[in-house]
Amino acid sequence: MKKDVVFVQGNEACVRGALYAGLDFFAGYPITPSTEIAELLSRRLPAKRGKFIQMEDEISSMCAIVGASLTGKKVMTATSGPGFSLKQEALGFAVMTETPCVIVDVQRGGPSTGLPTSVSQGDVMQARWGTHGDHAVIALTASNSQDVFAITVEAFNLAETFRTPVILLLDEVVGHTRERLVEPKAGEIDVVERLKTSVPEGTDYHPYLPREDGRLPMSDFGGVHRHHVTGLAHDMWGFPSNKPDVVYGLMHHLIDKIEGHVNEITRVKEFFVDDAECLLISYGSAARTTRHVVENRRARGEKLGLLELQTLWPFPADLVRERCASANHIIVVEMNMGQILGEVKKVVKNPDGVFLANRIDGGFITPADVLNIIRITQGKGV
Amino acid sequence: MAVKDYIRKRFFPHIWCPGCGHGTVMNAMIRAIENLGLEKNIIAVVSGIGCSARINGYLDFHTLHTLHGRALAFATGVKLSRPELTVVVPMGDGDACAIGGNHFIHAARRNIDITAIIMNNSIYGMTGGQYSPLTGYDDFATTAPFGNIDPSFDVVKLATGAGASFVARTTTYHVTSTIKILEKAITHKGFSVVEILSQCPTQFGRRNKIPSVVDMLNSYKTDTTPIGSKEKEKNPDLMERGIFIQEDRPEYCTEYDKVIERASKGR
Repeated sequence: MKKDVVFVQGNEACVRGALYAGLDFFAGYPITPSTEIAELLSRRLPAKRGKFIQMEDEISSMCAIVGASLTGKKVMTATSGPGFSLKQEALGFAVMTETPCVIVDVQRGGPSTGLPTSVSQGDVMQARWGTHGDHAVIALTASNSQDVFAITVEAFNLAETFRTPVILLLDEVVGHTRERLVEPKAGEIDVVERLKTSVPEGTDYHPYLPREDGRLPMSDFGGVHRHHVTGLAHDMWGFPSNKPDVVYGLMHHLIDKIEGHVNEITRVKEFFVDDAECLLISYGSAARTTRHVVENRRARGEKLGLLELQTLWPFPADLVRERCASANHIIVVEMNMGQILGEVKKVVKNPDGVFLANRIDGGFITPADVLNIIRITQGKGV
Repeated sequence: MAVKDYIRKRFFPHIWCPGCGHGTVMNAMIRAIENLGLEKNIIAVVSGIGCSARINGYLDFHTLHTLHGRALAFATGVKLSRPELTVVVPMGDGDACAIGGNHFIHAARRNIDITAIIMNNSIYGMTGGQYSPLTGYDDFATTAPFGNIDPSFDVVKLATGAGASFVARTTTYHVTSTIKILEKAITHKGFSVVEILSQCPTQFGRRNKIPSVVDMLNSYKTDTTPIGSKEKEKNPDLMERGIFIQEDRPEYCTEYDKVIERASKGR
């Protein structure tokens, strides 16, 4: 059977994954290094009777996709660090109103304008805590075009399943590396459709009353149930409430629906993890370098392993603790000052045995950067 | 249907202060919709934050209470993804002309079929009376204790300059014409802006020596005049009210349909 093979950038793999997942509406604003996503969708979406709009700024792009999602559409926006900062308030609105949407952040060097065309993974904590207030969030990542395609479909699936914004943390290297993608056939990857209420017209519909399985069926704007959606703390009808018991229930629901399903949300890839004496933990493009190091050293008989995280938030604490239990050393490889390092240290038995191999100068992390740290853990010095 | 059929009765009495003009605006809005005979299920009311934004909680339509200043951005998403909906966006001074000013001019420029109602009360009411971009020169506010030195926006000129294809101004004193104007604004295909001067006795009136609601309403009568009246020639300080712009121009969602058509032909 002839395979659907294309040679594409990660940004295009993301676009193809989004369309595979059923994307209907995209709003965005040009920003390097994510712009290709908007450019491609301006062409591809109208061709399938979807809608693309270039808004006046990053904030309005985020707002527009939330508005469109409420009419029953699958929606996405794409940006990079500075734009991701601007979207945070509206991202919190999507958290509070439980509106499914996907936000792609193709990370570049920060802070501020930083290094617009260089790679970084500095937005991991912004994805977790960028919007104000206690909340839970889902953030996914991937290290190559093939995985970007699949994880983008996953992002849409999780957004629908948990009625939440899902952040897709790509980076400049993943976004711009052009490589082989075998495009999955329709049906090859499951696609989760919007769960819509079966409550008939004339019967009370409670937009925020979870079913027994915890899911909340939606009703489209323009449908037969006229309901209220607000960023204020609200009751099961969607109307504002500041009653402590209602607010308590809402906060716990918003956090528990995600933190309570970590296993369901966790995606990892494992390379030689089982007998690894030195376990490397990495994600995104940094995991490409790490995998190269691990495979090379394995060939020489060194017991290195790679745990590649694709779900960063909610952090898969139990899984990481378990995989790290039998390794002598843990090295976290990332292009920031240790944003995931801190999470790993939090969950392992011996935090002092966790080291950071990183790069924060805009250059892509090299095998030498990782090997230098491995040598230190082996007591060889640099 | 009667007016009461358009409201969510269980949330009354409303939160607005005694004498506030916003209830009058809501009433006029409902009557306009009733006169037009619009189905409740095809109406979406998208609001921002502030006293004005609370209007949609009381209305039995699809209602979206969003972020400060961002109502038009959310509304653009709703309208473009579902153009068959009638989208109305009530906003206050800040939503429309300060924090949301950018979205306002760009929605006008696109000429997307949304009706923006700007309830101009010259003040930030909900936060307790700070000056807004619609507060007059020399007026007092909690953040302008020595008098306001900021010039104010003229909403009609701003909307006109930004490209809105329907622009009107009215007041809460002129209720009958407000209803008529809203009917035309909602029916108009394109971006419609209706500025409604709406009194805030609590936060504006008290600080500016017009604490009486009756006096505030009377000032809307005495200080305004219909567009093109002779009174304006005699007294250039009078503010004109009525419909300033009503033009047929390409509407955004209709234009986007052309994009879809071109894309499906592979152009």
